[in-house]
Amino acid sequence: MAVAWKNKDLLDLESLSTQEIELILETTGSFKEISQRPIKKVPTLRGQTVVLFFFEPSTRTRTSFELAAKRMSADIVNIQTSSSSLTKGETLKDTARNIEAMKVNIIIMRHSSSGAPHLLARSVAPSIINAGDGSHEHPTQGLLDIFTIKEHKKKINGLNVSIIGDIAHSRVARSNIWGLVKLGANVTVCGPATLMPPEIEKLGVKVTYDINEAIEGADVINMLRIQLERQGQSLFPSIRDYSMSFGLDAEKMKNAKKDVLIMHPGPINRGVEITPEIADGPYSVILEQVTNGIAVRMAVLYLVSGVKERIG
Amino acid sequence: MKLKEKAKVLDAEQIDKALIRIAHEVLESNKDTGGLAIVGIRTRGAVLAQRLAGKIKSISGSDIPVGALDITLYRDDLTTVAEQPVVHKTEIDFDIHDKVIVLVDDVLYTGRTIRCALDALIDFGRPGSIQLAVLVDRGHRELPIRADYAGKNIPTSQKETVQVKITETDGADEVIVAEKEE
Repeated sequence: MAVAWKNKDLLDLESLSTQEIELILETTGSFKEISQRPIKKVPTLRGQTVVLFFFEPSTRTRTSFELAAKRMSADIVNIQTSSSSLTKGETLKDTARNIEAMKVNIIIMRHSSSGAPHLLARSVAPSIINAGDGSHEHPTQGLLDIFTIKEHKKKINGLNVSIIGDIAHSRVARSNIWGLVKLGANVTVCGPATLMPPEIEKLGVKVTYDINEAIEGADVINMLRIQLERQGQSLFPSIRDYSMSFGLDAEKMKNAKKDVLIMHPGPINRGVEITPEIADGPYSVILEQVTNGIAVRMAVLYLVSGVKERIG
Repeated sequence: MKLKEKAKVLDAEQIDKALIRIAHEVLESNKDTGGLAIVGIRTRGAVLAQRLAGKIKSISGSDIPVGALDITLYRDDLTTVAEQPVVHKTEIDFDIHDKVIVLVDDVLYTGRTIRCALDALIDFGRPGSIQLAVLVDRGHRELPIRADYAGKNIPTSQKETVQVKITETDGADEVIVAEKEE
């Protein structure tokens, strides 16, 4: 692993090399232990300011980033969109330039428009970390999913990973696909035809509309949340119908491998995409994903904070 | 920056003898091995810590817990180095509270690494005391830090570097003094 980290920002997994992804995963392994210490804090980001700039609701991701930054001794500022001057008509770029003028180091951003963090990354000097942009990518979620798989399976290359659910609206799916395919996994995506983006196979994945086909032979099953808030119209007949065809339950699990890992990025719609017995069952690593999320985010903060060349 | 090798100051046998001597000194200063623990600073200090624990076991018969410490996140020069150094795992699987910790590193130079290690260790609990063992003490301290046990004192100039090579990481056991060529 001879690669050094050169990127000011973390915007997506699409633009990262395999070596860069491996560097983040290895760094994550070193950060995991910090959260198990009696004193869960290292002085690495002392004197650095991190802004959490969330334009969409989030509990898990925002808390995870906030804890990651605090455990590295950074100072944190939260900007809520409802109380920010964006509601007074200021453009996103102007708001970011003003934050930059206050000499902050890292901006962690979630936005409903795909590409919003990319726009800011080109305009300001602080590091931009994408915490989810529209239906484009959610790179730290993809990384923590891959890290969790690697912890259990010791490798990614050659594994069969099935991603099931609303592929079209899912930034989690896209980040997982980019990362997993680069690391050599065989990725299958599965969902109703109305929730399958056109030409998704061009990303190097297999497409199926039959959940049993996605379950059989899979080493990992990643269930996605049905994103009711992103759907302008109803894209499947009913929740009940979706749950019957694409929800993971004990009956469908009968065809699964004995050492399959069940993952879910949260929040879970219990009884819709996954039944409680499976979500809380022995194959589930859903809460481990949450634990690993902090370590992944600490690793990313560490790597981007060290980049000295900053244009903006 | 190229390095010109000037002298081999310790060979494999001398390194082994130095570790045996340090083991005896540690046991002499710490009669009760029950409260003793060894923590090595990654990378080479961690390997030396394992070896030192082996020597102590063969002399006294006691199993001493051994941990490894990565001090990267505590460095005081992260804002000045060109690239972020790779962070390795810290593995201290025992409670350090009230223990006598023998901290092990390969070379003692400015003392800044040891300062980082002391800060890092104290985040794991409150040890009874911390002692420092190094294979080579080359002088030029920038902080008020000294070694309790040193394998060899080597007077050097600041133009020189001291390279400790260990079989596990470098393929051979030797200590070399080299000079930086402009």
